[in-house]
Amino acid sequence: MNQERKIRILVGKPGLDGHDRGARIIARAFRDAGFEVVYTGLHQTPEQIVQAAIQEDVDLIGLSSLAGAHNYLFSQVLELLKDQGAEDIALIGGGIFPEEDIHSLKQMGVKEIFTPGASLDSIADWVRENIKPR
Amino acid sequence: MFKEDQLDKVKKGKGAWQRELSSQLSLMPERKKRFSTVSDLEIKDLYTPEDLSEMDFEKDISFPCSYPFTRGVQPSMYRGRLWTMRMFAGLGSAEDTNKRFHFLVQQGQTGLSTAFDMPTLMGYDTDSPMARGECGKCGVAIDTLEDMEILFKGLPIDRITTSMTINPPASVIWAMYIAMAEKRGIPRKKLGGTIQNDMLKEFAAQKTFMCPPRPSVRLVIDTVEFGTKEVPRWNTISISGYHIREAGSTAVQELAFTLADGLAYTQAAIGRGLNVDDFAPRLSFFFNAHSDFFEEIAKYRAARRMWARFMKERFKADNPRSWWLRFHTQTAGCSLTAQQPYNNVIRTTLQALSAVLGGTQSLHTNSLDEVLAIPTEEAATIALRTQQIIAEESGVTHSIDPLGGSYFVEALTNEMETQAMEYIRRIDEMGGMIEALERHYPQMEIADAAYKFQQQIDRREKIMVGVNKYETEEAPPVEILKIDPELESRQIARTQEIKNNRNNKKVRECLDRLGDACAGQENVMPFLIEAVKEQATLQECCDVYRKVFGIYRDPGIY
Repeated sequence: MNQERKIRILVGKPGLDGHDRGARIIARAFRDAGFEVVYTGLHQTPEQIVQAAIQEDVDLIGLSSLAGAHNYLFSQVLELLKDQGAEDIALIGGGIFPEEDIHSLKQMGVKEIFTPGASLDSIADWVRENIKPR
Repeated sequence: MFKEDQLDKVKKGKGAWQRELSSQLSLMPERKKRFSTVSDLEIKDLYTPEDLSEMDFEKDISFPCSYPFTRGVQPSMYRGRLWTMRMFAGLGSAEDTNKRFHFLVQQGQTGLSTAFDMPTLMGYDTDSPMARGECGKCGVAIDTLEDMEILFKGLPIDRITTSMTINPPASVIWAMYIAMAEKRGIPRKKLGGTIQNDMLKEFAAQKTFMCPPRPSVRLVIDTVEFGTKEVPRWNTISISGYHIREAGSTAVQELAFTLADGLAYTQAAIGRGLNVDDFAPRLSFFFNAHSDFFEEIAKYRAARRMWARFMKERFKADNPRSWWLRFHTQTAGCSLTAQQPYNNVIRTTLQALSAVLGGTQSLHTNSLDEVLAIPTEEAATIALRTQQIIAEESGVTHSIDPLGGSYFVEALTNEMETQAMEYIRRIDEMGGMIEALERHYPQMEIADAAYKFQQQIDRREKIMVGVNKYETEEAPPVEILKIDPELESRQIARTQEIKNNRNNKKVRECLDRLGDACAGQENVMPFLIEAVKEQATLQECCDVYRKVFGIYRDPGIY
């Protein structure tokens, strides 16, 4: 019998950006793809996101950003995960990112960045291939 | 509109055509099983007088500037005066944005429109821990009256109107604008412009909120009341469908929820004791121009007709100006693609054309790079030129409502009205828009539509050129604008210096009086103007709101 638990994902909106169309769509898409989803809603600080991720014991954090503050907010989340000894929780991002920021975010430790045009299936497939329940 | 015998002839003729068509289709079927708008509204192959058999020219279409205003609110429309070309702009510091404003005015723009950064939009100063990393990123940072003075320095605000896209802190920003103008010797009675100040659509769609819905609406009505008495040329609410559409709604939902928001504000202002004809002429609207050309034109025409009927029949307004639905339009940001970004110029052109054919009063055209970042000067200029070419070269401005009487456009206008009325009926049954929002009704309707559209894109049932058809491999070739990373520390220093040098005792007293007004029934506007003149910051005023009214938190449903 397969006892492997489902992949758990936190979908989050860090900072003050209110554009939640993408976050809510990807939360539904992850749910429909068979993952367990925690959506923490808008206007969350990096501290709140990391705390929720640890409490909810997720395997992956997906952050949506459309207002340009990603460099600061994503680096904060990574740092806080490290501080809490939770760097095995993977971080991915979706939204609007200038090309050069994508490279620096990945170097910083963000596993993948999805930009406009990525299909919901392609994102769910990436999760299945790259994320294992911890 | 048509006599019985005319319709009989049409019916016969249509029968003959359909027989011809079906023999054709058996050889070569249509390209698709079903043809539908971007909002998934099914469209028939042909529209004829039969589709308009129930219509009455006088009652439903009529003349420009005549009830129910289907054809436009001004008697001469663009033959008299073109729409206001108003490019939404805001970046970095007040100095940076002031420079962009001057540039756009030099390029022939005829109105100003201000984009604020996220901390300003949410009522935080740049030195707040909540604002870290966000200063100037998606608009201009405004913390104090001094920032506001720099923002409009040298601009003829007594002659051109200013629009400010600001919602929870709208009253505070407006107070700063009035105070800034008065310092320059321009009396408030002479000021023309718009604050967006539409909180209901924030809970439904744009999601910049601060306090819960009911006190949020109270603050909106404070500004309506103050404007009616003190700033008579100001549009105190821009009732906005734009963000509802950007959040993923259909065209019908955009139309229905926007008008339902307008009904809620009107009801609330009447509840305050205002006479409908005193404030309704200053209500303005803001719609999206999305990619489905005829659907958008039908939406604007239906909006005017529906609003006129609501104002006259439901609220018994007597002043014809109360019946007018005047609106600004912005082309659809969500329709633009990061892939092959130059294609965005073409999308924006078609969308802008639909807004003009729909009779808009004011227009922003998105820049080709807006999907990637704040526009560069060059990209913003192309977007402005797009409007100028429509206005000066295309000839579409010569005749009023040139698509009026089109069987298709009239039938689609009727269809938009019928479907939107069904939504409004449901919202009325719930007790109005505030109640509907508390039940998450519009939020979930929009989320459902957004998810469905994304699935249609993924299945290629809807096409976005360059995204799911005609894709190419190359990376975006465009230069994008970057915000100076040092800006945040400079802005923090400026705000802190002001805080250190002002009369802090006076500021405290002003804020206390503001708090008393919030807790009681008094209009907050005079207290805000007094406070910002003493250099009280945006956040200090908003913290009073948060303290008295409480904080609204996103329920996080999807």
